[in-house]
Amino acid sequence: MRFAVIRFGGSNCDLDTVHVLGDVLGVPTDLVWYRDGLRRGYDAVVLPGGFSYGDYLRAGAIAARTPIMADVIRHVRAGGLVLGICNGAQIGAESGLVPGVFTQNEVPRFICRPTHLRVETAESPFTLLFKRGEVIRLPVAHGEGRYVAPPEVVARLNRERRVAFRYCDADGQVTADANPNGSVEGIAGVLSENRNVLVMMPHPERASELVLGSEDGRRIFESMIAHCCRSGKV
Amino acid sequence: MQYTVNITIALKEGMLDPEARAISNALEHLGIPTLSLSTARRFRIGLEAPTPEAAEERARECCERLLANPVIHRYEIEVA
Repeated sequence: MRFAVIRFGGSNCDLDTVHVLGDVLGVPTDLVWYRDGLRRGYDAVVLPGGFSYGDYLRAGAIAARTPIMADVIRHVRAGGLVLGICNGAQIGAESGLVPGVFTQNEVPRFICRPTHLRVETAESPFTLLFKRGEVIRLPVAHGEGRYVAPPEVVARLNRERRVAFRYCDADGQVTADANPNGSVEGIAGVLSENRNVLVMMPHPERASELVLGSEDGRRIFESMIAHCCRSGKV
Repeated sequence: MQYTVNITIALKEGMLDPEARAISNALEHLGIPTLSLSTARRFRIGLEAPTPEAAEERARECCERLLANPVIHRYEIEVA
């Protein structure tokens, strides 16, 4: 099993993610510079958080058009896993790996704080170690995290259980007050049609060790590892 | 031929524009209440094309492939 974390110019959560995967969870993980392309097969590719290209034009827009994303799309078509975190989620949406877009927060300021999330489905490679309806705690840190999609797209995501997480209060209620950025229906994470891509604004890599206050994020990576083991790719 | 195309990218009608709201509030603090306010982004691009129509087509390609996100944006092209 081997994971890759792609570093774009301006990524800044790449090393945190490599640390969690490699040092905490023991998965062989390559840090791949975007210009080098994906030169070998990987079980999972992580698009990390940060400010690729200084968020010029729109967050994630420029990185989404770099040649390595063609490699990532090929990897997805072959059934490989992709996890896009924060800026990685914006890149994933801009690349069309999932529908919709993450745009400027309802109140246009940068938010950096812990949030509660309700796990909306355990039927994905990223959430299989969770229970549906479970409330977890992960931090967000973004200025452009408001998920927007046309109503028919949101209806389809709901119907196909492709909303992975929603912002909620400590009791699991999805309320306007618990929604930090004005995302439609409190959506914080979205799965692709084939469920092998998850993009999410909260940062699981910042909640993967007890010393950081929460280990809930670690289970997302552990789910991915369990999925790869079950697929026989040990 | 060399052409200059002016591209204006704006949010689609009815889309929330948090930046515009903040600017409108600031104007109100300055004693200038506004009835409406929206923002847009303008690109001026010089390019080579055989005809004005081809220049416009090239500009449309810029919008479709990078400058605009069809989920939230509309765009206008003017060939100068």
